Amino acid sequence: MPKVFIERENKHVEVKASTVKEILIKLKINPEVVIISKNNELVTEDAKVSETDEIKLLSVISGG
Amino acid sequence: MPCNNCLKKPVIKLTNSNVSLCKKHFIHYFEKKVKKTIRMFNLLEKGDKIGVALSGGKDSFTVLSILKQFSDKNVIQLEALAIDEGIKSYRELSNAEKFCKKNKIKLHILRYEDFFNYSLDKMVKKFRNKTPCSFCGVFRRYLLNHGSKKFKFDKLATGHNLDDESQSILMNQFRNNPEVSARLGPITGVMIDERFIRRIKPLYFVTEKETTAYSFIKGFPVEYSECPYASFGYRNSVRDMLNEFESKYPGTRHSIINSFIKILPSLKEQFKESKALSSCKLCGEPTSKETCQACEYIKELKN
Repeated sequence: MPKVFIERENKHVEVKASTVKEILIKLKINPEVVIISKNNELVTEDAKVSETDEIKLLSVISGG
Repeated sequence: MPCNNCLKKPVIKLTNSNVSLCKKHFIHYFEKKVKKTIRMFNLLEKGDKIGVALSGGKDSFTVLSILKQFSDKNVIQLEALAIDEGIKSYRELSNAEKFCKKNKIKLHILRYEDFFNYSLDKMVKKFRNKTPCSFCGVFRRYLLNHGSKKFKFDKLATGHNLDDESQSILMNQFRNNPEVSARLGPITGVMIDERFIRRIKPLYFVTEKETTAYSFIKGFPVEYSECPYASFGYRNSVRDMLNEFESKYPGTRHSIINSFIKILPSLKEQFKESKALSSCKLCGEPTSKETCQACEYIKELKN
Protein backbone atom coordinates (compact mmCIF):
# COMPACT_ATOMS: atom_id res chain seq x y z
CA MET A 1 0.00 0.00 0.00
CA PRO A 2 1.32 3.50 -0.79
CA LYS A 3 2.49 5.53 2.20
CA VAL A 4 0.65 8.79 2.61
CA PHE A 5 1.85 11.72 4.71
CA ILE A 6 -0.89 14.12 5.83
CA GLU A 7 0.93 17.36 6.52
CA ARG A 8 -1.81 19.12 8.47
CA GLU A 9 -2.08 16.28 10.94
CA ASN A 10 1.64 15.52 10.80
CA LYS A 11 1.01 11.78 10.43
CA HIS A 12 1.71 8.89 8.06
CA VAL A 13 -0.96 6.42 6.99
CA GLU A 14 -1.15 3.55 4.52
CA VAL A 15 -4.06 3.58 2.11
CA LYS A 16 -5.08 0.89 -0.33
CA ALA A 17 -5.66 2.81 -3.56
CA SER A 18 -4.60 2.92 -7.20
CA THR A 19 -5.04 6.66 -7.79
CA VAL A 20 -4.61 9.84 -5.79
CA LYS A 21 -8.31 10.50 -6.15
CA GLU A 22 -9.09 7.22 -4.39
CA ILE A 23 -6.73 8.16 -1.55
CA LEU A 24 -8.51 11.47 -1.03
CA ILE A 25 -11.92 9.81 -1.07
CA LYS A 26 -10.84 7.15 1.42
CA LEU A 27 -9.31 9.75 3.75
CA LYS A 28 -12.33 12.05 3.25
CA ILE A 29 -10.08 14.96 2.24
CA ASN A 30 -11.51 17.68 0.03
CA PRO A 31 -9.17 18.08 -2.97
CA GLU A 32 -9.61 21.86 -2.61
CA VAL A 33 -7.56 21.92 0.58
CA VAL A 34 -4.44 20.03 -0.49
CA ILE A 35 -1.83 19.83 -3.19
CA ILE A 36 -0.41 16.38 -3.79
CA SER A 37 3.18 15.34 -4.25
CA LYS A 38 4.21 11.89 -5.46
CA ASN A 39 7.87 11.14 -4.83
CA ASN A 40 8.38 14.90 -4.35
CA GLU A 41 6.81 15.90 -7.69
CA LEU A 42 3.45 17.62 -7.86
CA VAL A 43 0.68 15.53 -9.41
CA THR A 44 -3.06 15.87 -10.00
CA GLU A 45 -5.81 13.69 -8.58
CA ASP A 46 -5.79 11.54 -11.72
CA ALA A 47 -2.24 10.31 -11.03
CA LYS A 48 -1.82 6.57 -10.54
CA VAL A 49 -0.08 5.36 -7.40
CA SER A 50 1.83 2.17 -6.68
CA GLU A 51 3.01 0.33 -3.55
CA THR A 52 6.39 2.06 -3.45
CA ASP A 53 5.20 5.62 -4.02
CA GLU A 54 5.53 8.24 -1.31
CA ILE A 55 2.52 10.48 -1.35
CA LYS A 56 2.31 13.78 0.55
CA LEU A 57 -0.89 15.72 1.04
CA LEU A 58 0.29 19.28 1.60
CA SER A 59 -2.11 21.69 3.22
CA VAL A 60 -3.04 24.78 1.22
CA ILE A 61 -4.44 26.44 4.34
CA SER A 62 -1.99 28.48 6.37
CA GLY A 63 -1.71 27.91 10.07
CA GLY A 64 -2.78 31.29 11.36
CA MET B 1 -5.50 14.24 -18.49
CA PRO B 2 -2.23 15.75 -19.83
CA CYS B 3 -1.23 19.44 -19.88
CA ASN B 4 -3.66 21.35 -22.10
CA ASN B 5 -0.77 23.18 -23.76
CA CYS B 6 1.95 20.59 -24.35
CA LEU B 7 0.66 17.11 -23.35
CA LYS B 8 3.29 16.76 -20.57
CA LYS B 9 2.45 15.40 -17.12
CA PRO B 10 0.23 17.92 -15.30
CA VAL B 11 0.98 19.29 -11.83
CA ILE B 12 -2.37 20.96 -11.25
CA LYS B 13 -5.94 20.96 -12.47
CA LEU B 14 -7.52 24.42 -12.28
CA THR B 15 -10.82 24.07 -10.50
CA ASN B 16 -12.71 26.79 -12.32
CA SER B 17 -11.85 25.88 -15.89
CA ASN B 18 -11.13 22.13 -16.02
CA VAL B 19 -7.69 22.92 -17.44
CA SER B 20 -4.65 20.82 -16.47
CA LEU B 21 -1.17 22.33 -16.67
CA CYS B 22 2.39 21.02 -16.50
CA LYS B 23 5.02 22.72 -14.33
CA LYS B 24 6.26 25.09 -17.02
CA HIS B 25 2.84 26.18 -18.24
CA PHE B 26 1.47 26.50 -14.72
CA ILE B 27 4.27 28.91 -13.73
CA HIS B 28 3.60 30.89 -16.91
CA TYR B 29 -0.17 30.95 -16.23
CA PHE B 30 0.30 31.97 -12.58
CA GLU B 31 2.76 34.80 -13.17
CA LYS B 32 0.76 36.09 -16.12
CA LYS B 33 -2.36 36.22 -13.98
CA VAL B 34 -0.63 38.09 -11.14
CA LYS B 35 0.96 40.57 -13.56
CA LYS B 36 -2.39 41.13 -15.26
CA THR B 37 -3.92 41.97 -11.85
CA ILE B 38 -1.09 44.43 -11.19
CA ARG B 39 -1.65 46.07 -14.60
CA MET B 40 -5.46 46.12 -14.55
CA PHE B 41 -5.71 47.74 -11.14
CA ASN B 42 -2.58 49.92 -11.37
CA LEU B 43 -1.16 48.30 -8.26
CA LEU B 44 2.33 49.49 -9.13
CA GLU B 45 3.47 52.80 -10.54
CA LYS B 46 6.92 53.41 -11.89
CA GLY B 47 9.23 54.57 -9.11
CA ASP B 48 7.03 53.27 -6.30
CA LYS B 49 8.75 52.09 -3.16
CA ILE B 50 6.88 48.90 -2.30
CA GLY B 51 7.06 47.08 1.00
CA VAL B 52 6.00 43.45 1.16
CA ALA B 53 4.45 42.25 4.41
CA LEU B 54 6.54 39.12 4.92
CA SER B 55 5.34 36.43 7.31
CA GLY B 56 7.50 33.61 6.00
CA GLY B 57 4.47 31.80 4.58
CA LYS B 58 3.85 30.71 0.99
CA ASP B 59 1.72 33.73 0.05
CA SER B 60 4.16 36.41 1.15
CA PHE B 61 7.17 34.61 -0.40
CA THR B 62 5.22 34.38 -3.64
CA VAL B 63 4.37 38.09 -3.66
CA LEU B 64 7.95 39.03 -2.80
CA SER B 65 9.37 36.79 -5.49
CA ILE B 66 7.08 38.08 -8.24
CA LEU B 67 7.54 41.74 -7.28
CA LYS B 68 11.30 41.11 -7.33
CA GLN B 69 10.93 40.70 -11.10
CA PHE B 70 9.67 44.32 -11.23
CA SER B 71 12.45 45.65 -9.03
CA ASP B 72 15.05 43.79 -11.11
CA LYS B 73 13.78 45.81 -14.09
CA ASN B 74 13.97 49.01 -12.00
CA VAL B 75 10.22 49.59 -12.22
CA ILE B 76 9.92 49.75 -8.43
CA GLN B 77 12.05 49.72 -5.29
CA LEU B 78 11.36 46.70 -3.14
CA GLU B 79 11.78 46.05 0.59
CA ALA B 80 10.19 43.62 3.02
CA LEU B 81 8.61 44.20 6.41
CA ALA B 82 8.15 41.40 8.91
CA ILE B 83 6.37 41.57 12.24
CA ASP B 84 7.71 39.44 15.05
CA GLU B 85 4.85 39.00 17.49
CA GLY B 86 6.97 36.96 19.85
CA ILE B 87 5.29 33.56 19.69
CA LYS B 88 7.67 30.90 20.94
CA SER B 89 8.18 27.97 18.55
CA TYR B 90 5.87 29.50 15.91
CA ARG B 91 7.04 32.85 14.55
CA GLU B 92 10.27 31.87 12.93
CA LEU B 93 11.77 34.50 10.66
CA SER B 94 15.16 32.95 9.95
CA ASN B 95 13.95 31.58 6.60
CA ALA B 96 12.65 35.03 5.67
CA GLU B 97 16.00 36.55 6.63
CA LYS B 98 17.93 34.01 4.56
CA PHE B 99 15.60 34.46 1.58
CA CYS B 100 15.95 38.24 1.65
CA LYS B 101 19.70 38.07 2.07
CA LYS B 102 20.04 35.67 -0.86
CA ASN B 103 17.80 37.82 -3.06
CA LYS B 104 19.34 41.11 -1.88
CA ILE B 105 16.08 42.47 -0.51
CA LYS B 106 16.24 44.79 2.50
CA LEU B 107 14.24 43.29 5.36
CA HIS B 108 12.88 45.31 8.29
CA ILE B 109 11.70 43.44 11.37
CA LEU B 110 9.45 45.13 13.93
CA ARG B 111 8.88 43.36 17.22
CA TYR B 112 5.93 43.58 19.61
CA GLU B 113 8.38 43.39 22.49
CA ASP B 114 10.22 46.53 21.31
CA PHE B 115 7.09 48.57 20.61
CA PHE B 116 4.65 47.47 23.23
CA ASN B 117 7.07 46.08 25.85
CA TYR B 118 5.25 42.76 25.65
CA SER B 119 5.63 39.79 23.31
CA LEU B 120 2.37 38.12 22.25
CA ASP B 121 3.16 35.25 24.64
CA LYS B 122 3.25 37.77 27.51
CA MET B 123 0.17 39.64 26.26
CA VAL B 124 -1.84 36.43 26.25
CA LYS B 125 -1.08 35.96 29.95
CA LYS B 126 -2.09 39.56 30.68
CA PHE B 127 -5.27 39.55 28.56
CA ARG B 128 -6.76 36.31 29.82
CA ASN B 129 -10.33 37.30 28.96
CA LYS B 130 -9.63 38.24 25.33
CA THR B 131 -9.19 36.15 22.17
CA PRO B 132 -5.51 36.45 21.14
CA CYS B 133 -6.40 37.07 17.47
CA SER B 134 -8.45 40.15 18.42
CA PHE B 135 -5.61 42.16 19.98
CA CYS B 136 -2.84 40.55 17.93
CA GLY B 137 -4.60 41.67 14.73
CA VAL B 138 -4.87 45.25 16.01
CA PHE B 139 -1.19 45.37 16.97
CA ARG B 140 -0.03 43.73 13.73
CA ARG B 141 -2.00 46.15 11.53
CA TYR B 142 -0.73 49.02 13.66
CA LEU B 143 2.92 48.02 13.18
CA LEU B 144 2.47 47.32 9.46
CA ASN B 145 1.09 50.81 8.93
CA HIS B 146 3.62 52.40 11.29
CA GLY B 147 6.50 50.57 9.58
CA SER B 148 5.25 51.41 6.10
CA LYS B 149 5.30 55.11 6.98
CA LYS B 150 8.61 54.89 8.80
CA PHE B 151 10.32 53.21 5.86
CA LYS B 152 8.53 55.49 3.38
CA PHE B 153 6.71 52.81 1.43
CA ASP B 154 4.26 54.11 -1.18
CA LYS B 155 2.25 50.91 -0.84
CA LEU B 156 2.34 47.74 1.20
CA ALA B 157 1.85 44.46 -0.71
CA THR B 158 0.19 41.59 1.13
CA GLY B 159 -0.29 37.93 0.25
CA HIS B 160 -4.10 37.92 0.31
CA ASN B 161 -5.42 35.57 -2.36
CA LEU B 162 -8.75 34.79 -3.98
CA ASP B 163 -9.75 32.39 -1.19
CA ASP B 164 -9.05 34.95 1.57
CA GLU B 165 -10.96 37.65 -0.23
CA SER B 166 -14.00 35.55 -1.12
CA GLN B 167 -14.20 34.50 2.55
CA SER B 168 -14.04 38.13 3.68
CA ILE B 169 -16.75 39.19 1.22
CA LEU B 170 -19.10 36.46 2.43
CA MET B 171 -18.33 37.15 6.11
CA ASN B 172 -19.17 40.83 5.63
CA GLN B 173 -22.33 39.87 3.77
CA PHE B 174 -23.43 37.46 6.49
CA ARG B 175 -22.73 40.05 9.19
CA ASN B 176 -24.33 42.94 7.28
CA ASN B 177 -21.03 44.84 7.04
CA PRO B 178 -21.02 46.40 3.54
CA GLU B 179 -18.90 49.29 4.80
CA VAL B 180 -16.10 46.88 5.65
CA SER B 181 -16.42 45.28 2.22
CA ALA B 182 -15.99 48.73 0.65
CA ARG B 183 -12.42 48.73 1.98
CA LEU B 184 -11.61 45.42 0.26
CA GLY B 185 -10.48 44.91 -3.35
CA PRO B 186 -7.07 44.55 -5.03
CA ILE B 187 -6.10 47.96 -3.61
CA THR B 188 -7.57 48.76 -0.22
CA GLY B 189 -9.26 51.85 1.17
CA VAL B 190 -12.18 53.97 0.02
CA MET B 191 -10.21 57.19 -0.29
CA ILE B 192 -6.64 58.44 -0.21
CA ASP B 193 -5.55 59.20 3.35
CA GLU B 194 -1.85 59.84 3.85
CA ARG B 195 -2.03 58.42 7.38
CA PHE B 196 -2.89 55.03 5.86
CA ILE B 197 -0.42 53.38 3.54
CA ARG B 198 -2.53 51.63 0.94
CA ARG B 199 -2.35 47.86 0.72
CA ILE B 200 -2.14 46.06 -2.59
CA LYS B 201 -3.00 42.42 -3.21
CA PRO B 202 -1.23 41.09 -6.31
CA LEU B 203 -2.56 37.55 -5.61
CA TYR B 204 -6.17 38.73 -5.73
CA PHE B 205 -7.18 36.48 -8.62
CA VAL B 206 -5.16 33.36 -7.82
CA THR B 207 -6.39 30.69 -5.45
CA GLU B 208 -4.75 29.44 -2.29
CA LYS B 209 -4.20 26.08 -3.97
CA GLU B 210 -2.49 27.70 -6.96
CA THR B 211 -0.28 29.76 -4.65
CA THR B 212 0.68 26.66 -2.65
CA ALA B 213 1.58 24.85 -5.88
CA TYR B 214 3.63 27.84 -7.10
CA SER B 215 5.46 28.05 -3.78
CA PHE B 216 6.18 24.29 -3.82
CA ILE B 217 7.54 24.35 -7.38
CA LYS B 218 9.69 27.41 -6.65
CA GLY B 219 11.04 25.71 -3.52
CA PHE B 220 10.31 28.59 -1.13
CA PRO B 221 11.47 27.69 2.39
CA VAL B 222 7.99 27.30 3.88
CA GLU B 223 7.20 24.91 6.68
CA TYR B 224 3.67 24.18 7.79
CA SER B 225 3.00 25.15 11.35
CA GLU B 226 -0.07 26.26 13.20
CA CYS B 227 -0.18 29.32 15.42
CA PRO B 228 -0.78 28.07 18.99
CA TYR B 229 -3.30 30.87 19.52
CA ALA B 230 -5.21 30.47 16.23
CA SER B 231 -8.93 30.68 16.84
CA PHE B 232 -10.58 32.07 13.74
CA GLY B 233 -13.80 30.14 14.24
CA TYR B 234 -16.10 32.17 12.03
CA ARG B 235 -13.64 32.43 9.13
CA ASN B 236 -12.95 28.69 9.43
CA SER B 237 -16.64 27.90 9.06
CA VAL B 238 -17.00 30.16 6.02
CA ARG B 239 -13.83 28.71 4.49
CA ASP B 240 -14.96 25.11 4.98
CA MET B 241 -18.37 25.90 3.54
CA LEU B 242 -16.81 27.62 0.52
CA ASN B 243 -14.38 24.75 -0.09
CA GLU B 244 -17.23 22.29 0.12
CA PHE B 245 -19.25 24.38 -2.31
CA GLU B 246 -16.28 24.80 -4.64
CA SER B 247 -15.78 21.04 -4.95
CA LYS B 248 -19.48 20.58 -5.77
CA TYR B 249 -19.83 23.68 -7.95
CA PRO B 250 -16.42 24.57 -9.41
CA GLY B 251 -15.93 28.27 -10.02
CA THR B 252 -17.96 29.46 -7.00
CA ARG B 253 -15.13 31.50 -5.47
CA HIS B 254 -14.22 33.08 -8.80
CA SER B 255 -17.87 34.09 -9.27
CA ILE B 256 -17.95 35.72 -5.83
CA ILE B 257 -14.83 37.74 -6.66
CA ASN B 258 -15.90 38.65 -10.18
CA SER B 259 -19.33 39.87 -9.11
CA PHE B 260 -17.80 41.74 -6.16
CA ILE B 261 -15.36 43.55 -8.45
CA LYS B 262 -18.34 44.79 -10.49
CA ILE B 263 -20.09 46.36 -7.49
CA LEU B 264 -16.96 47.54 -5.67
CA PRO B 265 -16.77 51.01 -7.33
CA SER B 266 -20.32 51.82 -6.22
CA LEU B 267 -19.64 50.46 -2.73
CA LYS B 268 -16.55 52.68 -2.42
CA GLU B 269 -18.53 55.66 -3.68
CA GLN B 270 -21.34 55.03 -1.21
CA PHE B 271 -19.07 54.80 1.82
CA LYS B 272 -16.57 57.46 0.76
CA GLU B 273 -17.49 60.03 3.35
CA SER B 274 -19.43 58.00 5.83
CA LYS B 275 -16.71 57.97 8.44
CA ALA B 276 -14.22 60.82 8.56
CA LEU B 277 -11.35 59.57 10.70
CA SER B 278 -9.62 61.68 13.31
CA SER B 279 -6.09 61.15 14.61
CA CYS B 280 -5.41 59.26 17.80
CA LYS B 281 -4.54 61.78 20.54
CA LEU B 282 -1.76 59.51 21.79
CA CYS B 283 -0.01 58.22 18.69
CA GLY B 284 -1.50 60.12 15.74
CA GLU B 285 -2.67 57.01 13.88
CA PRO B 286 -6.09 57.33 12.21
CA THR B 287 -9.04 56.27 14.35
CA SER B 288 -12.79 56.70 14.61
CA LYS B 289 -12.50 57.37 18.36
CA GLU B 290 -10.35 59.70 20.48
CA THR B 291 -7.67 57.09 20.96
CA CYS B 292 -6.98 54.19 18.62
CA GLN B 293 -7.61 50.59 19.62
CA ALA B 294 -3.87 49.81 19.81
CA CYS B 295 -3.33 52.64 22.35
CA GLU B 296 -6.36 51.43 24.31
CA TYR B 297 -4.80 47.98 24.54
CA ILE B 298 -1.41 49.45 25.47
CA LYS B 299 -3.08 51.33 28.33
CA GLU B 300 -4.62 48.08 29.52
CA LEU B 301 -1.27 46.33 29.33
CA LYS B 302 0.29 48.97 31.59
CA ASN B 303 -2.41 48.62 34.23
